[in-house]
Amino acid sequence: MLRPAHCARLALAVQEPFSGDRVCCRSFLALGSVRGFPTAIGPPMNLLDPQGPVAAANSTILVDSVFIMLVIVVPTIIAILAFAFWFRASNPKARFQPGFVYSGRVEMVVWAIPALTVILLGGVAWIGSHQLDPAAPVPGTGSPVRIQAVSLDWKWLFIYPDQRIATVNALTVPAGAELNFQLTSSSVMNTFFIPQLGSMIYTMNGMVTRLNLRADNEGKLQGLSAHFSGDGFPDMMFDVNVISPLAFPDWVANTAKTDAVLNEESYTKLMQQGVERGRPVYRLADPRLFDLIATQHIPPGPGPEFTSGAGRPHSGGHDAR
Amino acid sequence: MLGKLDWSAIPFDQPIPLIAGAVVLVAILGVLAWVVVKGHLPYLWREWITSVDHKRIGVMYVLLASVMLLRGGSDAIMMRIQQAVAYQSQGYLPPEHYNQIFSAHGTIMIFFVAMPFVIGLMNLIVPLQLGVRDVAFPTLNSVGFWLTATGALLVNVSLVVGEFARTGWLAFPPLSQLSYSPGVGVDYYAWSLQISGVGTLVAGINLVTTVLKLRTRGMNYLRMPMFCWTTLASNLLIVAAFPILTATLAMLLLDRYLGFHFFTNEAGGNVMMFMNLIWAWGHPEVYILVLPAFGIFSEVVSTFSGKALFGYRSMVLATMAICVISFMVWLHHFFTMGAGPNVNAIFGIASMIIAVPTGVKIYNWLFTMYGGRIRFATPMLWAVGFMVTFIIGGLTGVLVAVPPADFMLHNSMFLVAHFHNVIIGGVLFGAFAGFEYWFPKAFGFRLDERWGKAAFWFTFLGFYVTFIPLYAAGMLGMTRRLQHYDVAAWRPWMLVAAAGMAVLTIGVICQIMQLVVSIRNREALRDRTGDPWDGRSLEWATSSPPPVFNFAFHPDVRGEDAYWDMKIRAQQQLLGHDLPEYHDIDMPRNSPTGFVCAFFATIMGFALIWHIWWMVILGGLGAFATFVAFAWRDHDEYVIPAAEVARIDRANIEERRNLVSMAGAV
Ligand code: HEM
Ligand SMILES: [Cu+2]
Repeated sequence: MLRPAHCARLALAVQEPFSGDRVCCRSFLALGSVRGFPTAIGPPMNLLDPQGPVAAANSTILVDSVFIMLVIVVPTIIAILAFAFWFRASNPKARFQPGFVYSGRVEMVVWAIPALTVILLGGVAWIGSHQLDPAAPVPGTGSPVRIQAVSLDWKWLFIYPDQRIATVNALTVPAGAELNFQLTSSSVMNTFFIPQLGSMIYTMNGMVTRLNLRADNEGKLQGLSAHFSGDGFPDMMFDVNVISPLAFPDWVANTAKTDAVLNEESYTKLMQQGVERGRPVYRLADPRLFDLIATQHIPPGPGPEFTSGAGRPHSGGHDAR
Repeated sequence: MLGKLDWSAIPFDQPIPLIAGAVVLVAILGVLAWVVVKGHLPYLWREWITSVDHKRIGVMYVLLASVMLLRGGSDAIMMRIQQAVAYQSQGYLPPEHYNQIFSAHGTIMIFFVAMPFVIGLMNLIVPLQLGVRDVAFPTLNSVGFWLTATGALLVNVSLVVGEFARTGWLAFPPLSQLSYSPGVGVDYYAWSLQISGVGTLVAGINLVTTVLKLRTRGMNYLRMPMFCWTTLASNLLIVAAFPILTATLAMLLLDRYLGFHFFTNEAGGNVMMFMNLIWAWGHPEVYILVLPAFGIFSEVVSTFSGKALFGYRSMVLATMAICVISFMVWLHHFFTMGAGPNVNAIFGIASMIIAVPTGVKIYNWLFTMYGGRIRFATPMLWAVGFMVTFIIGGLTGVLVAVPPADFMLHNSMFLVAHFHNVIIGGVLFGAFAGFEYWFPKAFGFRLDERWGKAAFWFTFLGFYVTFIPLYAAGMLGMTRRLQHYDVAAWRPWMLVAAAGMAVLTIGVICQIMQLVVSIRNREALRDRTGDPWDGRSLEWATSSPPPVFNFAFHPDVRGEDAYWDMKIRAQQQLLGHDLPEYHDIDMPRNSPTGFVCAFFATIMGFALIWHIWWMVILGGLGAFATFVAFAWRDHDEYVIPAAEVARIDRANIEERRNLVSMAGAV
């Protein structure tokens, strides 16, 4: 039942995660057409329209796993409906076999079918987990870009330690280069996720998680937090600008011209609860800022102010409106 | 004097919860007034509130679940409307309110709908299926029920006094720590679950003991109906898993109340530990819910196919395999925490392995239908609807168990669709099937089939219209718990899902109509045989509703499908029962222990939430005193004389005889 094409694609996905075959992902009937919806605000975040090798490999595995399972699920559903229909009490043609309550052969098959499917999928999971480990390198052209992401209440701070700049709610990266993320949180947990670049990862205070990605095509993508973090959570969307590697140094130079400086003091202001509508940029005063945050030399961000006495705090979420 | 409590706790500035609370309050007061004025109070007290009869307690559990289903359902409607309108706007619910709603929805649906529903059905049916007179610990059973009700009550009090948690149904720290959630919401959440958790644990211990220790003559393990097996598995999981929940919440409460640092950011606290602990309970929990549903479907499919369950031993094996493996997969809930490839892969594969016994179950139901003579009464419709729906949920479950796929789907609307797919399609359909199937047993009359079928079709279709769009939205990157959004591509799906919610609501209305219509026509729907579906297990051997003592004498079991056997033997020998010799029966006396205990627990819980320390002590002492008084009781049983047993049993036999001879005459 398993079409050779799928097996081949599967093999491809697991052996060479970064050459995932995008065309196949796009061509799905139902979900593929989802892309047709209007995209007035921001680009879509379609998982089946990957813009980088990690997302491509993720979604190939996703789609192939679905197909592997459909091979047994569809016939089973049909059999359920067919048996239910045929053996209805009002059908005189159906043979009543009350004694058919055990059959070693059927039992064998019944245990074997799901077991074989799971063995196959288990292989996919094992190889996939290793090759698509968030911390695994994703080779790209040019030198890798280091980015230190900090989730604040309720905005994203992106520090470029090598470029000595920092941005809020907008991530600008060169196409084709390996992106090395180090992530932490100023307060509560969040999840860093750019759907079209793939693999999400948690951010946690006092800890650093790692993620490597690559964006292959220039354009605008969108990222978000995928772990609920409080009242301003829905506003933790961020822009991802993928620009040409040639334009990247210019962008860095332009950004560095800003007067705003990110140091412990301005960071402490930034981490107060609230939503950020603009896209502020900073010059980075101290390239070790991220380490100070991650090691809690800068204490975790504060929670909401407690204005009403009884049990119902008023929080920064109000700023959102 | 009143701790943190003052007038500002009442949300006068927020009309929605206030009005909702007022409506509920008026409804409750109305019902109470009616009960008192009509003089039903003594009856209620005697026959229900202090009852230790497992059947009555089971019914009360199901009633609690049904009422809470309406509350949780209202939350669901509000959320669906919010996400339908909150495109490029704030919608009609501000974040602090929306966040409470989804937290309350999850908490209520899992702890106060799904749990009491399945525990209620197990309570009601398992002793009957085992051919015994009661559960192992009848008074404890009542305590368990009333403590669960206390938890439900506290959650609903939070609607009007203070607030509920805004952290999601698992209250992850550090968000749930005092610094980020300074209100009483998390305290309401945690104390409600602590109190009802004790109730659940007690119910679990009780049912495990019942299955292991109280079985009628000849009912050895491999003759137990499948529902008893799944009850055993599910309650073993309760006994093993709920203490983890209690301990985890206790640690969170210590952090919040006494400045401990289990799960704080600072001072060596570890939030990842909370993740591990809560899911070490949380994953077994989903199987605690779905295993009894599997049992119900096994009974239903076999009864309505007119065949014994196919591959019974295989089913037992599958059930116990699920019971064990479900403890070894919890990490799949946080593949994206960065555990590393080996850990992720191992837990991913372990999770998939659960799909094997689950798949086996599906096939065994399939082959039970094969060669059957299937009657499509309402319970069977739910069963077939379940099989189809649950497979899809299983597929997406296995999909999110593949770590690289989960790296994109975690916490997305796709995940939301997955677990609703298995919980609605599995647990809720199962609960409804069990409700329709056993209702005649509990109350002595059947439910109206037309309304029942309408309810099925609306719920079935409504489910797909509501949740398929969520799968699609998840594939478009939409994450869960968004109070508003600006992404145009998500909008159409949210609109369709809202429409689906309307269809689901019609389903619920049909279910209510079914109950109303059936109660009106109860004389016409009366079940005089005790065996309305041509059943196979022992619950159908007694009258509907059964006498307090269930069985006049302990049935003698000679194989699987005990009652079916008896019917066959009776037919062959052309006789009913031979006239047995009746004996006195000892039954446990009613006891207000459960109710009084829960009353004090409510006081204590409320006082703990609001830091009213004198009241905490009062409640604690009261509950303890109740326990001591119970422990000191002298008379805990009463005797039903043999003559009375004989009278009831003969009347029952007479009625069945008449029916048989009437049928013969026709
Ligand atoms: C075939 C077996 C199943 C597998 C392999 C499976 C797998 C998973 C996985 C991997 C997750 C976590 C995904 C994530 O957070 O990214 C998950 C979530 C969940 N599953 Fe399943 N599942 C299965 C069946 C069930 C059943 C039978 C139920 C309930 C009756 C259930 C209820 C849930 C719930 C409630 C969640 C999400 C909880 C939350 O995050 O709030 N699952 N499942
Ligand atoms: Cu799980």
